[in-house]
Amino acid sequence: MKYLLVEDNMDLANAISARIRLDGHIVDHAAKIADATAFASTGEYDLILLDIMLPDGDGRSFLKQHRAAQNDTPIIVLTARSQVSDRISMLDLGADDYVTKPFDHSELQARCRAVLRRKSGSAQSVLTVGDVEFDTLAGHLSVKGKNINLRNRELRLLELLITSKGQVFSKQKLVDRLFSYDDDVSENAIEVYIGRLRKHLEGSRVQIKTLRGIGYRLDDDG
Amino acid sequence: MTDDVNVSGSLRNRLALILTGGAAVLAAILFVVVRALATQVAQQGQDNILNASMSSILDTAIIRDGRVTLDFPYSSLSMLGTAADDRVFYAIYENGTLLSGYDKLQTPDTASPDQNQFTNAVFNGDPIRVATGARVLIGSDGPRTVSVSIAQTQDALSDSLSVISRNVALIGLGFFVLSSVLALWAASVTSGQLHRLTRSVTRRGPQDLSPVTKPVPSEMGPLVGSLNTFMSRLDHTLTQSEDFIAEAAHRIRTPLATVRSHAEATLQRVEHADNRAALQSMVRAIDESSRAAGQLLDHAMVTFRAENLETEDVNLVELLRELVQRMTPVADMKDITLTLKSEGPAILSGDAILLQNALRNLIDNALKYAPAETAVVIDVSTTPTVNISVLDGGPGFAPDEIATLSGRFVRGKDTGNKVGSGLGLTIAKEVTTAHGGTMSLHNRPEGGACVTLHF
Repeated sequence: MKYLLVEDNMDLANAISARIRLDGHIVDHAAKIADATAFASTGEYDLILLDIMLPDGDGRSFLKQHRAAQNDTPIIVLTARSQVSDRISMLDLGADDYVTKPFDHSELQARCRAVLRRKSGSAQSVLTVGDVEFDTLAGHLSVKGKNINLRNRELRLLELLITSKGQVFSKQKLVDRLFSYDDDVSENAIEVYIGRLRKHLEGSRVQIKTLRGIGYRLDDDG
Repeated sequence: MTDDVNVSGSLRNRLALILTGGAAVLAAILFVVVRALATQVAQQGQDNILNASMSSILDTAIIRDGRVTLDFPYSSLSMLGTAADDRVFYAIYENGTLLSGYDKLQTPDTASPDQNQFTNAVFNGDPIRVATGARVLIGSDGPRTVSVSIAQTQDALSDSLSVISRNVALIGLGFFVLSSVLALWAASVTSGQLHRLTRSVTRRGPQDLSPVTKPVPSEMGPLVGSLNTFMSRLDHTLTQSEDFIAEAAHRIRTPLATVRSHAEATLQRVEHADNRAALQSMVRAIDESSRAAGQLLDHAMVTFRAENLETEDVNLVELLRELVQRMTPVADMKDITLTLKSEGPAILSGDAILLQNALRNLIDNALKYAPAETAVVIDVSTTPTVNISVLDGGPGFAPDEIATLSGRFVRGKDTGNKVGSGLGLTIAKEVTTAHGGTMSLHNRPEGGACVTLHF
């Protein structure tokens, strides 16, 4: 996925960009509305993350412009305001969703996923590893002609393992990457989800290996 | 709203009072003047007849054989006959000596041949009108002055005067009643303009500070002008403080977001348990503070809007559908199925923003406390009244806390390390109360919490 991040605070922009890149996505950063308009007009972004208060104007005017130009790239607003009336006006202006700063990255990811699923279907979201096809947006897993619908947590876990194929993840790392701090997910829960994924992948060349005392790794034994 | 206004009298009543008072005075003046004129005219009529009678008698005065004789015709007295049988008196003097008639008839001493005189007098206790005239007869022994007084009681006159008075009084009364009706009408038309202005200002919602543009009479122009100026000042102040709050929130929340994002990113790289715990408590502290700030602002907004409740027809099912769509990504993170059950539109007259805020808090709570892979159901029923229940499959409420949980800043003891401000249920309850409803908390027999809003 290719993201456009419009945020004037460089520190925050760097932190968000780093976190998005960690998930294997590409991020371009614009610090002003003028830059954002130029970037967005290329139309090559899957999603725009938009701050509202920008040095050269209000993010809402960008929203209006963007929609007036028939540009249908979904926009998620990063707002500092929590007043409901403000949120409503942003959705009215054509934002697809919003998160309130400071935000939980897994919530932002969940919202991005939901918006993308709603907007673009699954054209670019199919990953293929060995004999497995995996639609990361819709959560469809197709193993040797068998179609499986994944639950959200299974989906995110599999997506992480597939996009970082061959890389070892400790349980702790998986908890950090996949769950909100509010969720109280124990490391045992990871074992449950790994167990389910293994069951789904049964009969395929793609395997999730356990490295005792270290973690898990997805391999394509083709 | 009028409770704290220092009301002194009513403009309408004052206007009506002045106008009816004026009408009463005018009616009284009308009565007095018309009655005086009528009296004068009636008196003139009596005087004319008395004068004719008196003159016809005086005309017959001649000197015969050195003595003054009068031979007055019957008609000279019969012409004085009236319906009221007024009595007629006469007195004839020659050089001040009574020749004939009633001695006690008081007649003016100054009867002159040039001028007939009319006077009022009292005879035997009755008011009379006396006409006196004089003639100078030239006899062989010089001029002799003969004077004749004819008097008549005034029964017929006072009869007709009382009839006239009654009629004039009736006319005056009619005039007064008609003027009073007109006065009341004028007063209510005038104050109606004020009422219309009041209504158009009162009907506005708390957010509407646009100037009054409806046409008003020129006398109300300055008042409306001041009102518009005042509202534009208020609007300016509100906009400024809104901008200030937005700016303040931006300045505080952006660095918090930076810290949180960095802490999260760092957490991905840190292995040591102590460092991880420190970073995690950092993230938690940021979430706590931003959650508290957000909820405090929301609570302030809810309190403000609840006091100035702006109502429109809100379809709660439509509102919930949007909320569910908005919160599904959060539910998905825990593989919670979030479903809305309804039988059709649920229309409630209320403030959509408040209702949305209240319901969002309830759904927020359910998603927060329900375990992964369970169901949260929002059940809307409309018979007989609107009821919304949010049911989850979580641990439910501690029975001894149910009564206190909706208090401000009250949180359950078993919330673990969930981030919360203790204001969610407070907001939901205040919004429900503002809409005339009640909120009840209970535990479902099959497990899990249920919060119901009854409207």
